[in-house]
Amino acid sequence: MLAEKLACISGAGQSDVGRPSDRSALALTIQACERALASAGLTPDDIDGLTTYPGPMHDAGGHSPVGATEVMLSLGLEPTWVGASTEGHAHMGAIIEAIMAVASGLCRHVLVFRTVAQATARARARHATVLGFDAARAMGGMSWLLPYQGYSAATLYGLYAQGYFDKYGATPEQLGAIAVNGRAMAALNPKAIFRDPITIEDYLCSRMISSPLRILDCDSHVDGSTALIISHRDTAPDLARAPILIEAMGMALAGFGFGDHSDGDFSALPAGKVAEMMWSRTDLTAKDIDVAQIYDGFSILTLLWMEAIGLCGPGEAASFVEGGTRIGLGGELPLNTSGGQLSAGRLHGFGHTYEACVQLWNEGGARQVEGARTCLVTNGGFGYGALLLRTD
Amino acid sequence: MSGDTETRAIRQLPLLDQENRAFWTGGKDGALLIQRCAACRRYIHPPRPRCHCCGSADVASEAVSGQGVVKTFSVNVQQWMPGLRVPFVLAAVELVEQDRLYVLTNIVGCPVDQVRAGMPVSVEFEQVEDVWVPLFHPTEQEA
Repeated sequence: MLAEKLACISGAGQSDVGRPSDRSALALTIQACERALASAGLTPDDIDGLTTYPGPMHDAGGHSPVGATEVMLSLGLEPTWVGASTEGHAHMGAIIEAIMAVASGLCRHVLVFRTVAQATARARARHATVLGFDAARAMGGMSWLLPYQGYSAATLYGLYAQGYFDKYGATPEQLGAIAVNGRAMAALNPKAIFRDPITIEDYLCSRMISSPLRILDCDSHVDGSTALIISHRDTAPDLARAPILIEAMGMALAGFGFGDHSDGDFSALPAGKVAEMMWSRTDLTAKDIDVAQIYDGFSILTLLWMEAIGLCGPGEAASFVEGGTRIGLGGELPLNTSGGQLSAGRLHGFGHTYEACVQLWNEGGARQVEGARTCLVTNGGFGYGALLLRTD
Repeated sequence: MSGDTETRAIRQLPLLDQENRAFWTGGKDGALLIQRCAACRRYIHPPRPRCHCCGSADVASEAVSGQGVVKTFSVNVQQWMPGLRVPFVLAAVELVEQDRLYVLTNIVGCPVDQVRAGMPVSVEFEQVEDVWVPLFHPTEQEA
């Protein structure tokens, strides 16, 4: 049996989200973990696996201030297996590792978390989150970007947005639909950071950051933590409620972001293998998806992901989202129902999987997609991962 | 804005190593050096100790023409740190020697709003410490 069919999501928790928060990053993490445990009906004694993405990075401007060991000690866990990796399938990597730990029989319940404290880091030093801020000389993939003043991922993704615009004739009005949709969803999410609705005119008037990306195309740094519990499906009778089933997973690692762009023409993500893998492991098709949480660290990533994962053909996502009707709550594919990272804050991919759980457990309140039984989640802009989740 | 002497290009320099040294220092002799596989003749950028196309370890940097076209670009407006001169253009230049042989760079020597995809560009170098940063400017068109 495929690994993901042996696993399920038994619990999900999100801390309070602040900009900045008055709690420490570790305290936020513990809050998220405790909420995930309560959601699953489990206690720390039940947890025998622990992982996180990307692991502790204490000099990285709040990008990853908390490691697995601190959580293990704080919760009094005695895990059989602990993992964390900065490489791999980006934000989805730790979740996929947890699935494999469960499927291999090593663990029964794996706690997975992701914590950011970038709002606090920026409050201390305005430029703390600038890429390469702390290093004297650039190494690795960044060494091809920083000598050219690529101090923000916005500048790099600007290349892709411009490449996409030039190849397909896509327009700012089309790209802006992602930001407008996110804000409309966020207005219905009490935990979102930015909740005042915006119009496409507001978007077009917002200031340019790195063309063609505007401030409203970029996500926003926050302090917050998300925790998930990946359990073996055999444990379902022990859980507080019916778990979310992992219908299929997909993953890929490719050159984008590592200085190597030779695998494309700047109009697509090199994430085709994610789609190939994920769709080969299920009988479901794109038409079966009730709601989608598509990564939106930058708005352009959502369009590129929609095409890479097979929701739209090449160049077709722009017209799909234009005007917002098809991706709104009443549309054929409600998109980023928490507000996404653009409006609910940069919880770095884990917010998307958390929102998928909220929707599939029918806990979305005013933003609930009626009758949602399947949800697609995609994560990443440097490595790539996707989950197709469903209820039984 | 160009009269503002308070701002400048701020380039965080690369740590030079066996693989990347040729690219970042070729400009000392006026040459853009790109790694090439001696076995299959493919260019490889960024450079690596092994050709990912044919598996050969017989790779070495060699001078290319320094000519290319802008494949895509972004006009960076946001001032990410004090003193950073904006706007500037980050671009991917596709070198004429090979399809999809891209070099990330800055486009200089023309107003930022004149940069377009498909624009022919030529290399120049800006020395900062022990690094000769390859930059590109619009190629002068023949009359």
